[in-house]
Amino acid sequence: MNNVFNANRIQYIAVACSIILMIIIFELTRKKKIREEYSILWLVSCFIFLIFSIWRKGLDFFASVVGIEYPPSALFLIFVLVIFLILIQFSIIISRLTEHNKNLTQEIGLLKLEITEIKKKMKN
Amino acid sequence: MKKNVQFNHIKKKQNTILIIVPAYNESQNIVNVIESLKKENSDWDIIVINDGSIDNTGELAESSGKAFVINFPHKLGIGSSVQTGFKFAKKYHYDFALQFDGDGQHKAGEINILLEIIGNNQADVAIGSRFCRKPFNFKTTFLRYIGIRIFEIVNSILIKQKVTDNTSGFRAYNQKAINFFAEYYPSDYPEPEAVILLGKNGFRIKEVYTEMQQRQGGISSISGFKTVYYMIKVLFSVFLTFTRPKINKNVK
Repeated sequence: MNNVFNANRIQYIAVACSIILMIIIFELTRKKKIREEYSILWLVSCFIFLIFSIWRKGLDFFASVVGIEYPPSALFLIFVLVIFLILIQFSIIISRLTEHNKNLTQEIGLLKLEITEIKKKMKN
Repeated sequence: MKKNVQFNHIKKKQNTILIIVPAYNESQNIVNVIESLKKENSDWDIIVINDGSIDNTGELAESSGKAFVINFPHKLGIGSSVQTGFKFAKKYHYDFALQFDGDGQHKAGEINILLEIIGNNQADVAIGSRFCRKPFNFKTTFLRYIGIRIFEIVNSILIKQKVTDNTSGFRAYNQKAINFFAEYYPSDYPEPEAVILLGKNGFRIKEVYTEMQQRQGGISSISGFKTVYYMIKVLFSVFLTFTRPKINKNVK
């Protein structure tokens, strides 16, 4: 009996956490703190996490397929994989921003030089 | 902006030449470098790219009145600095560009050796090499020597052409190479990668012996433990550059 209760407790926590996380992401996106294109991966991840938290049989099946004896720890595997995905997405975004930043800085440098030269010409 | 509003005031028939001088915290050297370039040939246009220096490199270069100066608000790295020079050269249709480090290790008197190769259309890029004549008398640390040899071996195999000094920043480029690099130039430690990019995309490279001086002042950007990181990072980039497909975009 105690065992069942323990297993359920982790399930409740997982469900609660994924719902809370979903609400947070949703609210942040609504308030434009996160852009829609970046919130989608979060929401999808939360949704997957939520499904496996509720659907215990699915989790048991997944755990047996990948060879995990204690099914709730399969949740953590899913969790880690999802976090990896999101972090990779971050690396992609950061690299893109760095590239844009470089291009902008170069453009600003060129424009500032042109302004300086035009000012010099106007003085003469 | 039309071509006749160019910043350079060079007679039409002559080839227009831009000297690209990347500089980071080079207040000790920059004025001497500009002076030596102008003394060598007053027709050359000089552009100093001040890569967010924390000293007064930018002001010193500007006050010389003999160079265009681009000041970045923050540090972008040597590759992005030099690329800005290419962008400028492309925008104002320079015929040739020459990279000349702001630390005074290159000799202005040797620029014509490189320009001659480009001018005679023997190559698209000419590299001033410290090592293509033996025995070389250039003092360097053991670690760096190993690194230079590794690049020589790796790059020579990858592009099937012997390139002895892959880290040399003393290079001349024709318009084809300028237009290419204005769009595609590696960012961090660009020189060895640039060699691969060139080889991969069918540019002609020619190395020629040039002497280089020891630094006149300031400190090198790469030293000690950083050398190892530099090696690993650049070898990785070189390998990636090699595996990327040829850039098919037509370069004018």
